[in-house]
Amino acid sequence: MANQSRRDFLKTSALLGAGITGLTSKPVKAAPKNILDENRMGVLVDTTVCIGCRKCEWACKTAHNLPTQPLESYDDRSVFINMRRPDDKSLTVVNEYPAQESNSFPVNVKVQCMHCDKPACVSACIVGAFSKEENGSVIWDGDKCIGCRYCMVACPFQVPAFEFEKALQPEIRKCDFCFERTKIGKLPACVEICPMEVLTYGRREDLVELAHHKISLYPEKYYNHVFGEYEVGGTSWLYLASRDFSELQFPKLGNSPAPGVSEAIQHGIFAYFIPPIALYALLGGVMWLNKNRKSGEEEQL
Amino acid sequence: MSENMKPVPLPRKYFTPTVIILCLIALVGIIFISARLLFGIGAVTNLSNQYPWGIWIGIDVAAGVALAAGGFTTAALGHIMHKEEYHLITRPALLTATLGYTFVASSVALDLGRYYYIWHPLIMWNGNSVLFEVGMCVMIYLMVLYIEFLPIITERFIGRVNLPGFLGKFNNQIDKLLRVLDKGLNKTMFVFIIAGVVLSCLHQSSLGTLMVIAGQKMHPLWQTPILPLLFLLSAVSVGFPMVIFESVITSKSFGLKPETNILSGLGRMVAPLLFIYLSFKIGDMVIRKTFVYLTEFNTASVMFVIEIVLGIVLPLRLFMSPSIRRSPLGLSIAAFLVIFGVFLNRMNNFIVAYTPPYQFTSYFPSIGEISVTAGFIALEVLLFRAFVMIFPIVSIPQPGTSKTKFSVRGV
Repeated sequence: MANQSRRDFLKTSALLGAGITGLTSKPVKAAPKNILDENRMGVLVDTTVCIGCRKCEWACKTAHNLPTQPLESYDDRSVFINMRRPDDKSLTVVNEYPAQESNSFPVNVKVQCMHCDKPACVSACIVGAFSKEENGSVIWDGDKCIGCRYCMVACPFQVPAFEFEKALQPEIRKCDFCFERTKIGKLPACVEICPMEVLTYGRREDLVELAHHKISLYPEKYYNHVFGEYEVGGTSWLYLASRDFSELQFPKLGNSPAPGVSEAIQHGIFAYFIPPIALYALLGGVMWLNKNRKSGEEEQL
Repeated sequence: MSENMKPVPLPRKYFTPTVIILCLIALVGIIFISARLLFGIGAVTNLSNQYPWGIWIGIDVAAGVALAAGGFTTAALGHIMHKEEYHLITRPALLTATLGYTFVASSVALDLGRYYYIWHPLIMWNGNSVLFEVGMCVMIYLMVLYIEFLPIITERFIGRVNLPGFLGKFNNQIDKLLRVLDKGLNKTMFVFIIAGVVLSCLHQSSLGTLMVIAGQKMHPLWQTPILPLLFLLSAVSVGFPMVIFESVITSKSFGLKPETNILSGLGRMVAPLLFIYLSFKIGDMVIRKTFVYLTEFNTASVMFVIEIVLGIVLPLRLFMSPSIRRSPLGLSIAAFLVIFGVFLNRMNNFIVAYTPPYQFTSYFPSIGEISVTAGFIALEVLLFRAFVMIFPIVSIPQPGTSKTKFSVRGV
C-alpha cells in the first residue's frame, strides 16, 4: 500500500517535471547495460539426489586456485554438524539437514551465489564492479572494486565475502559461475565433478521446464516449488527439494527484484535531474526575493 | 541587540585539562588508525561477512553527516531566507559542517578495503547505485564547504600576510591574490550557498535510501520506502539543535556570554520541525502496521522506543516551553536530546536494525572501532578550538560604534 502511493507520487512528480520542461519524449535509459539474454545459462540443483560427498567443494577450490586439503579429506562428514556458509576461502559449501522421519533421508544442500537475474550487488556497487553477463553469471571486476562492501549489505542471500584480514588489495569473493571455464566451453567445475548428477547445467528456460517436469513425474518425491524461478525476480541457480525450502534455511524472499524499490526512489529523486535543478531554482528565487525585500526596507529607513 | 557584533579570533591558552584528555583520546584513535592501515580491517574491527558495516559507517558516516546538518540549515536560514540576525551563527555552523564532513570523508576512506581507490567513483559511474549518489554528493559538498570557508581565511590574512624568512618577498603578491580571491568569492558566493543546500538535501535523503536495498535484512520498524524522507526531516530538525548545543559549549569554554536571544530564536523553530518528523515517523508506523513489533521485548523494540520518546517526544515538549527556550541550560539539554535522538536513529538504521539471514555471532564494535570513532570526534573538537582561536569565527560584542549593525561578510 505504501509502495503504491509512493509510486503514484513518483509518477505525479515525474509528470509534473515533464510538463514543466516539455521533455515528454526521449526517455533517458537509466538501466545498466546488463540486459538479460534469453539464452542465459543456469544450474538446476536437485537436492534429493545429493549425497553430500563435497567433491564440488574441492573442485571449486581447485578451479579457483584456492588452498585446499586433498580430495580424500572431503569424505569427513563431521563438518555437517554445524551449518557453514561460503566465505572468501570457499566459494561453495554443502550443508546437511537431518532426516525428519526414520524412513526418509537427510537432505544435502549445496550453497553458492545464486546469480540473480536482477542482482542487488550489480545495482548497489558504487563503481559498477559487478555485472550480469550474457551467459547468466554475475561476476566481479577486481580492478574497479574499492572495498566498500555495500554489495554484502545488499545481497539477499548473504553471499559476497570480503578478505577482512588483508591490508592491501582485499577482494570480494564469491562464486563466479566458473566464468573463465565456461568462456572456453568447459563446464563449471562443480557441475563437471558431481558424481550423482545433482547439478544440471543448461539454458535457464529449459531448466525451469525440466524442474517442473520432474515435479510432475514424481509429485510424492518433490516439494512443489522451484526455488529461484521467481524469487527476487528469478535466479540462474534453481533448486528442487523434498521439503519446504524454509526448513532447509533458504531465505524467505518475495518475487520482486532484489534491488527492490531503491532504484525507483533513486531515479525518482533524480528524474532527468529535474528535482535538484528545480530546487536550486526555487531556492535562488527565494534568496533573490528576500534580498530585494530587505534592501527595499533599508532604503525606506 | 544594540551591541555591534563582529567575528574575531579568540586568543586563549589552547591547553586546558579537557583539551589534554581530548588529545589523549585522539592519540589512541590515531594508533588504531595506523593499525588498521598496516594490518587490515579485520585486525582492528569486529566486522565479518555477516556484518559488513559497523560503527565506522553507522556512527562516523551516517550520524556524522546528519549532525553536520547545522551547516546547510543555518545557510538556508541566514542567507536564503535572509534573516540577518542569524548571520552570527552561520560561521560556527559552517566550521562544524566543514570539519564534520572532512571527518566523514576520512572515516569512509578508513572503512574502504581499498582506501587508495577512493577516487574510483569519479570516473567509474553506476547511476543505479545509491551509494554512488551519496558519495558524489558528499564529495562535491565538501568542496563547496571549503569554498564557503575561504572568505574567512582571506578575511584573516588580508593585510596581515607575513611569511617568515626569504618567503617574505612574496607577501605582497599573496596579499594581492587574497584580495582578488575575496572579491571574486564575494560576488559568486550565492551560487555555492544554494548549491550547498541542494546537495545537502540530496545526500541527507539518499543516506536513508542506502539501507532500502538491504530489504528484509533490516528490521521492519526501520525498513520503509520513505526512509529518505525520514532521513531528510531528521537532518533538518537536528541542524539548529546542533548549532545551539555547540554555541552554548563554545561560550562556556571561552568564557563568553551565550547568545541566548539568537539561540532561543533558533529553538522556536525546532519544535515544528520535530513535530513534522515525528508525524511522518508515526504515520509510517501506522500505515505499515509495524507497531505490532513493539509488543515484543527485544533490542530493536527498546531502541525504537528510546529513539522516539527520548529523542523526539521529550525534546519536542521541551522546545515548546518558552521558559526552557530562554535559559541556556534548558536549551542545551533539549538540543542535546535531539542530537542524541538522531544519533541513535542513524545507529539503529545501520547497525541495530541490520539482521543478517545467516547469523553466527552478533555484532558489537571492538575496542579499536570505538577508539577510532572517539578519536575522530576528539580531533574534531580540538580542531574546532584551534580554528576558533586562529580565525574570525565566533562573534563577540565590539566596543565603539560602526554604521552597520552586523558586519559579517560573505558567509
